[in-house]
Amino acid sequence: MDSSRSHFEQQLQSLSEKILRLGGLVEEAIGRSVRALVDRDSDLGRKVLAGDKDIDALELEIDDLCMELLARNQPMARDLRFITTAMKITPDLERIADHAVNISERAIELNEEPPLRVLVDMPLMALRAQEMLRGALDAFVRRSADAAMSVIRMDDDLDRRMEQVFRLLLSHMIEDPKTITRALRLTFVAKYFERIGDQATNICEQVIYMADARVIKHTFVRDPGDAPRDR
Amino acid sequence: MISDEHDDGPPERPARRPMSGETVNPITDTTGASLRRRVPSDAPEPDRHDLALDPGIDDPILEVDGLSLWYGTSQALHDISLRIPSRRITAFIGPSGCGKSTLLRCFNRLNDLIDDVRTAGDIRFEGGSIQDPAQDVNALRKRIGMVFQKSNPFPKSIFENVAYGPRIQGVRDRRRLEDIVERSLRSAALWEEVKDRLGESALGMSGGQQQRLCIARAIAIEPEVILLDEPCSALDPIATAKIEKLMIDLKEQYTLVVVTHNMQQASRVSDYTAFLYMGRLIEYGETDRLFINPSKKQTEDYITGRFG
Repeated sequence: MDSSRSHFEQQLQSLSEKILRLGGLVEEAIGRSVRALVDRDSDLGRKVLAGDKDIDALELEIDDLCMELLARNQPMARDLRFITTAMKITPDLERIADHAVNISERAIELNEEPPLRVLVDMPLMALRAQEMLRGALDAFVRRSADAAMSVIRMDDDLDRRMEQVFRLLLSHMIEDPKTITRALRLTFVAKYFERIGDQATNICEQVIYMADARVIKHTFVRDPGDAPRDR
Repeated sequence: MISDEHDDGPPERPARRPMSGETVNPITDTTGASLRRRVPSDAPEPDRHDLALDPGIDDPILEVDGLSLWYGTSQALHDISLRIPSRRITAFIGPSGCGKSTLLRCFNRLNDLIDDVRTAGDIRFEGGSIQDPAQDVNALRKRIGMVFQKSNPFPKSIFENVAYGPRIQGVRDRRRLEDIVERSLRSAALWEEVKDRLGESALGMSGGQQQRLCIARAIAIEPEVILLDEPCSALDPIATAKIEKLMIDLKEQYTLVVVTHNMQQASRVSDYTAFLYMGRLIEYGETDRLFINPSKKQTEDYITGRFG
C-alpha cells in the first residue's frame, strides 16, 4: 500500500469524523431547542441560534473536503459511494440544524406568553425525531442498511403524531380564538419535527445506497438492487 | 440559513394533489405526509448468482469458452469463459501479470508466435473456432486487427503506412488506395492534421498522432474487431483524450477490446469491463455497475486501490 493511498484513507477517515461531529452538533442543537420549548428556557434557545454558524461552517468544510477527495483521487466503488453519500447527507444535517433554530425561535416567542396546555404529544414528537436522527447517524457510522431501514419505518409514526397535534391545536383555536397565535406557533413546531423525520429518512435512504448500492427512494419507479453480492 | 420559509414542505416534495371533487382537510392533510413514505417490501431478491461473470450479452462476436493457456509449464490463464459483445468497447483490467494481455493476444492468435505456448478450451469468432489448426491465421488477423502500447509505424511515409495493408492484400489501383487512406485517416481523426503531408515520414509525427496512425492502419484493412493493448500508456492526457474519443466513435462500426491498467480509462470509455487476477476472470460486467458496485471483494479492493 503506497503512501498516497494511505493519505487518501486518512482523508476518508477525517471525512467520516467531520460528519459525525456535524451530527453531534445537530443532535445537541435539537436537544437544546426541545428543552427551550418544553422547559420554557429561552436562554438555551438563544444558544441554539448562536451555535448555528458553527454548523454552517462545518458544512462548508465537509463540502470542500468531498470535492477535494473526488478531484484528487477519482474514487471508485465503496469509496465513491461513501463520498457521494457524505455530500448528500451533509445538507440534510445542516437543514435539521436549521429546524432546531426555528424551534428555538418559536420557543422564545412562546415563552413570552402564558403556556398553552396542549404540549401533550409534542415532547413525544421531539423524542421520536431525535431518535430518528440518532438512528440515522448510527446507521451511517455502521454502514448498516438494516439499521437505516428500521429508522425509515419510524417515519410514519412521526407523521401520524403531527396530524394528531394539528387536529388538537385546531380544536383549541376554534374553542378559544385567544390561543390562535400560540397554537399556530406550535403548529409550526410540530411541522419542524415532522420535517426532521423526513430528513433523517433521506439520510437513511442514502446510507442504504452507500452500504448496498441499492436505491430505495422512489422505489415504486425503480427496481432496487441490481447487483449480485458474494460477501 | 435561518428562516421559517426556506423551502420546507410541499415545494420540495410535492404534496399529493387533490383529485377533482375531493376535498382535502388542510389541517389533517396539509402535506400528504402519510402518503409520501413508502417502505419497500423486503421481497427476496431473485437469484443473480452468476451475474458477476455474465452480464447477459446476447450478440457476442467473440466467445471464450473454458480457455486455459500455459507458457511452458507455467499456467497464465485458468479456465476463462466470457462473451465479447459486438460493436461495444470491452475493457480488460487487472494488475500486471494478471493475464489480460495474454487473453487479448489469443483473439488474433498472436501467442502462436511465442514458442512453447499451449492452450486448452476454445475461442469462437462469429461462431467459428479460431483455435482450429485449419484456421488461416492471416485471414483471422485481417478481421481482427491490433494496436499496441508502443506505436510502431513503419519507417515509411504516412500514406504508405496506411496503404501497406491493402497493398499486400493486392490493391494496386492508386485511386482506390488514396480513397482507402483518406477514409482510414478520417476514421482515425487524423486526416485534417496530416492531409498536406502524406508523403512525409510517419516517424516525424507526435506520439499521439503515431498511435492514431496505427489505428488508421488497422482500420484500412476493414477488420471487424480492433484489439488495443495499452494504447494510451505512452501518451499525454490530451493525446489520450483524442484516442478515447476515437475509440467511442469507432464502436459504431467496430468491436473494440482494450487492455488497460488505467482504470479511469476503462471507466471512461468501456461498456463492459472484465477484471482478471492471477490468470483468472474474477468479475465481468457492465462498466457502470462494476465501478460503482462490484460484486467481488477482490474487484472492490483492486479498483479502490487497496491492492495491485
